[in-house]
Amino acid sequence: MNSIKRYRLTFLFLFVAFGLGFWNPEFGRSMATMTGKNFRDMLGVLPPIFILLGLLEVWVPREMIIRHLGEKSGTRGIALSILLGAAAAGPLYVAFPVAVVMLKKGARFANIVIFLFSWSTLKIPLLLFEATALGWRFTIARAAVNLPAIILMGFLVDRLIPNEEKEELRQRQLAAEAAQAM
Amino acid sequence: MFTVFLYLAALGGLCYSYTKDHQKTKKSLLIAKKAFLNIFPEFSAILILIAIVLTLTPPSLIQALVGGQSGATGMLITAIFGSVTLMPGFIAFPLAKSLLDVGAGVQQIVVFISTLMMVGFITAPLEIRYFGKRYTLLRNSLAFLYSFLAAVIVGRLIL
Repeated sequence: MNSIKRYRLTFLFLFVAFGLGFWNPEFGRSMATMTGKNFRDMLGVLPPIFILLGLLEVWVPREMIIRHLGEKSGTRGIALSILLGAAAAGPLYVAFPVAVVMLKKGARFANIVIFLFSWSTLKIPLLLFEATALGWRFTIARAAVNLPAIILMGFLVDRLIPNEEKEELRQRQLAAEAAQAM
Repeated sequence: MFTVFLYLAALGGLCYSYTKDHQKTKKSLLIAKKAFLNIFPEFSAILILIAIVLTLTPPSLIQALVGGQSGATGMLITAIFGSVTLMPGFIAFPLAKSLLDVGAGVQQIVVFISTLMMVGFITAPLEIRYFGKRYTLLRNSLAFLYSFLAAVIVGRLIL
């Protein structure tokens, strides 16, 4: 029942599309072709993307990586932050709690920002999907420009936020954790 | 070609994973299935909606608003649209593709994708709760400005 409910919008749009199609067969043809083509393109390519996504989820040990992201983690820390974000799945707001864990475990602030940006733009499943829809050239060009940019922005944000404020954020999250534990 | 590569990668990954750990492989397939079923309702709805909207909107209007000749104004339109909307990639990319097909400009579409992914107007309150106002404002405004830069560079690279 619940699952059928989730298709409400689909049925609504189908209904609208059929109405428009009866009213103007020209529109109907155009919509049918476009919808059919989009479905074929996407459904053909989604299964392997989702399988890869599942594999990433199971095999990339988040907790372990987070321990290697501290103040002195340097280039390796940056690389791991990018990897951690890229191997993820889900929208950006799912990344916030992970970033909080990084903060609590003492990760360098730049690494946290880099991780969040990497999560939002360099996610591997997302890149695969982008390449399917928009082509490899487009996807690679965008990723190549984004990669140096997110590192730069990570350090810029790190610089522009005073150290006391970062420490305060960390303490607050730790306090929240302690409060939850009680 | 690309699809074949994807299927091979997924199959190879699965086989390798299975030789290492049966349980984890099973779990990964369950995650994959769940994630797929999770998006499918919205996904199918949006594909139909895209077809309806694009059929009703004359391509000339889209070209005038966000076409290749619309320049900075077109980029600003797509930037605002990308910043305030919240949509996952599986919806955004087919939409971007359809818009490009009817004559939207590459740079305008790159701005749209970049802001959509990196700037979160709706999620800002959540981000503030986690990391504070200063950080949220900084990260989002940097990302907003950067999206234009990215569009110009990507446009140069692929056009």
